Amino acid sequence: MKFHRTLVRHVVLIIVSFLMVYPVLWMFFASFKPEDQIFANPNLLPAHWTVSHYTESISGKAGINFGPMFLHSLEIALLVVVGSIFSGSITGFAFARMEFTARKFLFGFMLGTMMLPAQIVIIPQYIIFHRLSLVNTFVPLILPSFLGTGSFFIYLMVQFIRGIPKDLDEAASIDGCGPFRLFLHVIFPLTFPAIITISIFAFYWTWNDLFSQAIYLTNPNLFTVPIGLSSFLDNMGNSMWGDLFAMSIISLIPVLVVFVIFQRYLVEGIATQGLK
Amino acid sequence: MRTTLNVTSSPGKRDNVAYVFLLPWLIGFVTLTLGPVLASFYFSLTNYDLLSAPRFIGVANFTNIFSDPYFWTSLKVTLTYVAISVPLRLIVALLVAALVNKPIRGMSIYRALIYLPSLLGGSVGTAIGWQALFSQNGPIDQALGLVGIRGPIWLGNPNTALLVIILMTVWQFGSEMVVFMAGMKQIPVHLYEASVIDGAGLWTRFTKITLPILTPIIFFNLVMGTINSFMVFTQVYVITDGGPLNATLVYVLYLYEQGFQYFHMGYAAALAVLLFILIAIFTGVFFLTSRWWVKYDLY
Repeated sequence: MKFHRTLVRHVVLIIVSFLMVYPVLWMFFASFKPEDQIFANPNLLPAHWTVSHYTESISGKAGINFGPMFLHSLEIALLVVVGSIFSGSITGFAFARMEFTARKFLFGFMLGTMMLPAQIVIIPQYIIFHRLSLVNTFVPLILPSFLGTGSFFIYLMVQFIRGIPKDLDEAASIDGCGPFRLFLHVIFPLTFPAIITISIFAFYWTWNDLFSQAIYLTNPNLFTVPIGLSSFLDNMGNSMWGDLFAMSIISLIPVLVVFVIFQRYLVEGIATQGLK
Repeated sequence: MRTTLNVTSSPGKRDNVAYVFLLPWLIGFVTLTLGPVLASFYFSLTNYDLLSAPRFIGVANFTNIFSDPYFWTSLKVTLTYVAISVPLRLIVALLVAALVNKPIRGMSIYRALIYLPSLLGGSVGTAIGWQALFSQNGPIDQALGLVGIRGPIWLGNPNTALLVIILMTVWQFGSEMVVFMAGMKQIPVHLYEASVIDGAGLWTRFTKITLPILTPIIFFNLVMGTINSFMVFTQVYVITDGGPLNATLVYVLYLYEQGFQYFHMGYAAALAVLLFILIAIFTGVFFLTSRWWVKYDLY
């Protein structure tokens, strides 16, 4: 009876898991099929494998500069990760460890911004950057992360630093450590798991951010992966699905890599923060 | 025992140091968050196309919005989307979490696979795959054909296009599921054991023990899920671009078109203000009604 229950559970789970990955799996295999076989051949696996879609996409023969777009996305995402760690950790340190007037007040504001829809700030932000002639640069996409706009990251850091024993602080200040050295040499190194979590989310959200990138980057030479892919889809007619799939799969690889490498930290991070 | 950092004994000096650490956030908060929120309210009362100075027009944007059929369409589409996808996603996440939350072999693999859509779902690449899946004579239609069902033209039919978008969202239930699973792990086993002795069946255990204890987490996922789904954009932009016949014209897509394709900045700001108010109302209602069903400290 127990065995029967477990078996049913496994069967259901296998079916559910398969349904979950099927869309991406299908696209993955389709990217290796010759163009005329993609929709005609109902089988999941290609009858004839071809890598032409990949070679065409990377070499630019498919009609868009996928290589440069990939690098643009990478550059922006990595800088946003740096900015998020920087502003998240110093702001988190201040809220978690320092006494100052208006601390509760400002902390409340910071929490409040987590629930703001992006659209209520994006238009004036655009206007500001437009006035500064920074539209069609990467600055509007990177600078905010250095200025603590990722309040989720600040919150993560605050919660994490609160968990670091205060004895370390005291020991350090007895040794004559001021706040800057305390932060740099004691607290910051200990926030490694939180840094990992921040890195994953910052990378992931930036890599996939279509809205902001579409707003600020209208020059095709500056396109990033999300913009490039959707514009290719719009302009390609009906005969380049294979190339499109190849580029889509390539665009999913960084996200997958980050996930696979940091999986342990990721699941812990979401679960504990969600509970608090 | 001191609980926070005490640099010197004078509050002024303490403040100064703290504010150094806070400086980037303070700059960002004022110039990129607080300022823009207030500015959005201001711009919503103007006519502004970026070329000439903003022209104050009072509430004209709002009266125009209320007589704008596209506004009402986008509102209806978005509310439908939110009302269906958020509860559906939570329910599926809860049920599958309960299913997966047993110490069976391969559990971490199942969990990773079920979580995968959440991870990849925000990507344009995945949206492209989803669109291809539902295209005419695509894999979904072929699979339906195997059991003799003729699939509708999913993305060409105004009645089914939104469903495709909703399905893509529900498909990404993995992230909520992971949070629920973490919550379920914290429920003391003895509660279940005691109830079994009293003769409680599977469903009773789920509804009388698991669910009440999970209500705070359900609440959190409900609020965040609702806020996020009001802002749905990427899938729609990629897959349907608001069509067919505006059947999937979600609010943020309409706002994007008005503000960044036609550069009706004032009008778009007014739309943003209304969205902000709408989300605030929903969030407020959730918080106010939470006392009736969210239970803390049950054990």
